[in-house]
Amino acid sequence: MQLSCPSPILRHETVQMAHGAGGRLSQELTARVFMPHLGNPVLDQLDDQARFEAEPGRIAFTTDTYVVSPIFFPGGNIGDLAVNGTVNDLAVGGAVPRYLSAGFVLEEGLPLADLERIVASMAEAARKAGVVIACGDTKVVQKGQCDRIFINTSGVGFIPPGRDVSCRNLRPGDAVILSGTIGDHGMAILTTREGLSFQSRIQTDSAALNGLVAEVLGAANVHAMRDPTRGGVAATLNELANSSSVGIELAEAAIPVREEVRGAAELLGIDPLTIANEGKMLAVVPAAEADSALAAMRAHEHGRDAAIIGKVTEEHPGMVVMRTPFGSRRIVEMPLGEQLPRIC
Amino acid sequence: MKFIDEYRDPARARALLDRIRQVARREWTIMEICGGQTHSIMRNGIDQLLPPNVQLVHGPGCPVCVTPLETIERALAIAAMPGVILTSFGDMLRVPGSEKDLFMARSEGADVRIVFSPLEALQIARDHPEKEVVFLAVGFETTAPANAMAVRQAAREGLSNFSELVSQVMVPPAMRAILSSPGNRVQGFLAAGHVCAIMGYEEYEPVAAEFGVPIVPAGFEPVDLLDGILKVVEMLEAGRSGVVNAYGRVVSREGNPEARRVMQEVFEVADRPWRGIGIIPQSGLVLRPEFARFDAEKRFNVGHIAPQESPLCHSGEVLQGHLKPSDCPAFGHECTPQTPLGATMVSSEGACAAYYRYHRKS
Repeated sequence: MQLSCPSPILRHETVQMAHGAGGRLSQELTARVFMPHLGNPVLDQLDDQARFEAEPGRIAFTTDTYVVSPIFFPGGNIGDLAVNGTVNDLAVGGAVPRYLSAGFVLEEGLPLADLERIVASMAEAARKAGVVIACGDTKVVQKGQCDRIFINTSGVGFIPPGRDVSCRNLRPGDAVILSGTIGDHGMAILTTREGLSFQSRIQTDSAALNGLVAEVLGAANVHAMRDPTRGGVAATLNELANSSSVGIELAEAAIPVREEVRGAAELLGIDPLTIANEGKMLAVVPAAEADSALAAMRAHEHGRDAAIIGKVTEEHPGMVVMRTPFGSRRIVEMPLGEQLPRIC
Repeated sequence: MKFIDEYRDPARARALLDRIRQVARREWTIMEICGGQTHSIMRNGIDQLLPPNVQLVHGPGCPVCVTPLETIERALAIAAMPGVILTSFGDMLRVPGSEKDLFMARSEGADVRIVFSPLEALQIARDHPEKEVVFLAVGFETTAPANAMAVRQAAREGLSNFSELVSQVMVPPAMRAILSSPGNRVQGFLAAGHVCAIMGYEEYEPVAAEFGVPIVPAGFEPVDLLDGILKVVEMLEAGRSGVVNAYGRVVSREGNPEARRVMQEVFEVADRPWRGIGIIPQSGLVLRPEFARFDAEKRFNVGHIAPQESPLCHSGEVLQGHLKPSDCPAFGHECTPQTPLGATMVSSEGACAAYYRYHRKS
C-alpha cells in the first residue's frame, strides 16, 4: 500500500513564516482571514492584477505605508487608519476615491485574531468610504524584523473633468477653513503608549473624508484642500503657503482644540498645531464663499466643529503667522523633526 | 483648562499692559531667567506689547543650552559602548556634539531612548538587568529632586546597573555671575517660577540685597509674566530692591522642603562649567561620595574629551543678556534649527530657537 500522507493543516493561532510563502498556508490565510472580510467582485478574481473600468476625467493615484504603534488605539486601529489615510489623500485632491490595494508585512507570531480584527476594520472602513480593496499582497518576516504588522495601501480615484483643486491655487483674500478639532489622533496614540496615562481617553479622529469633501466641493469653488496629518496644521499650512507663494494669517482663538487634547499637549509641551490628524481637512476657498463652505462642512458628521481659522495674505509669502488673542503676532514654523514617531 | 485659562485672559493681560505703560517712566532692562518664560514671551508676543522703554533680555535658564559640550560628547561616547542604554529627555538628543548628536548615534546602532522622567529610566534598568542604563541628568533645581530620587531609589533597591551622567546647575550663582559681569545691562529679574516652587525665594533675598535689584518669581502664562514685569517695573521706578513674589499660587518662601531634602541627601554643591559662559563657582550639583557608584562619569572610562565650540556661535553672550539672538551675525544664516551652531538654537527653551521660531523676520 502506498502511503499518501499530506501534512495536516494545523489551525494556527499565530502568523507563521509559511503564511507568506505562497503555499497552502498562504492560501489558507487568504481564504480564512482576508476574503471573508475584504471579498468583492474585483478582488474575488484573485488574478495577479485588479482590472476595472476607467471613469471620465483624470486619474489620481497615491500611496502610504502605515507603521503606527500601538496597532490598536482608542477609536481605531492600523487597519481603518490604512484605509482612511489613503482615501483622504485622494479625496483632498478633488478625486472620487474608488480602488485601494493592501500590502501587508506581518511579523511571525502575530496573533491571527489580531490580524482578523484589523482586516475586519479595513473592510468596514472601505465600506463606509465607498471604496473597493481591489488587490493585495502578504509577506511574513521573522520575529523582530518588523513590529507586528505594517500595511501599505495605494489608492486610485478619478477627478471629474473641469475640477482643479491644488496646493498652488491659494489667492490673497481666500479664507482658510478647518473641518474640526486638531490633535486628536496624535494625542490618542501618545496617551495610549506606555508610561503615559491620562484620565480621559482621547479618541483618534480617523475617518474617511470623501463624503465631507464632496459636500464642500458642492458648496464652494474650492481652491485647495489638504488633510493635516503628520506635522499637523502647522506643517500643512506652511506647505500650502510655500506652494502658492502667499502668506497665511491665523487667529489663535478660532482654532478648535478639544479640552482634553489641549490639557495633554500642555502637559507634554507639544503644540496642538503640530500634532497629526487623521480625519480633518483644511479647505481654502474665496472669501465670498467661505460661509457656504463652512455651513456645508458643519452639516456633515465629520465637520460639525468646522471653523474659519484664518486668511490668505499677500504679505509674508511662504510664511504662516498667528495672531494671538493679545494682539501680538508670531510665526508658525514648519515643525522640525518627528516629536512623536510612528503615529500613522 | 482650569487654572491656566484665567492666566491667558486677554482682558487681564491688557489691563496689566496698561498699568505697565502708566508706571514705566524711565528705560528699564529686565531679564527673565528661565527659558520656559522666554518661549512664553515669544509665543504670546509679550515683547511686542510692552512699551519700548521696558526691554526684556533672555537669561541662561535653559538646561539644554548650558550643558557643556563636554557632557554631550561624554554621553555620545557612553552611548556607543556595548550593553549601554542611554536615556534622556527628548531635547538633549538633538544637541550637536562636535560631530554628531544622540539621534545620529541612535541611527548608528546605539540604544538611546527618550524618557519623560528619570523614574522611567530606573524602570528600564529594572527590566534590563543585563544592560547598563544611564540617565542624562541635566537641568536646574526643577529636575534635581527627581534625579536625586532616582539615585536614592536605585541605592535602596541595590540596583547596580543604573547611573546618571549629571550636569545639574543652579540659578542664584548664575544671577550673581550676570550681575557681576562688566557689561551687565540687567536691572531686575523675573525669577523662574518652577525653580522657586522647589527652592522657595529665600535664597534670592541676599542676591537682591547685595546687588540692589528687584527679583520677582513669576509664572509662565501671559498674565503671570505681565504681573511679574509690572512688579519689577514698580520696584525699579520706586528705587526699591528685594524679592516680591508674583507666583503665589505655586511659590512659597521656603519652597518644597521634601524636594530640597532629597536633593541635599544625594547631591552636593560644586563648581560647574556652563556652556558658552565658562565655570561659575559653586553653581552646580554633583553626586555625593556615598552615591559615587551611580556616577556615570566615574563608571565609564571614555578617555579624554576636549570638544571644540563653533567660533561663530555667540550663545554665551545671548545667555548673559549681552546680545539678542537676532543680533548674532550667524542667526538665521549659518545657524538655524536645522543646522544649529549652539544649543540655544536647539532646545525648545533656547532663546535663539524661540526667536527663530516665532519672530525671525522681525
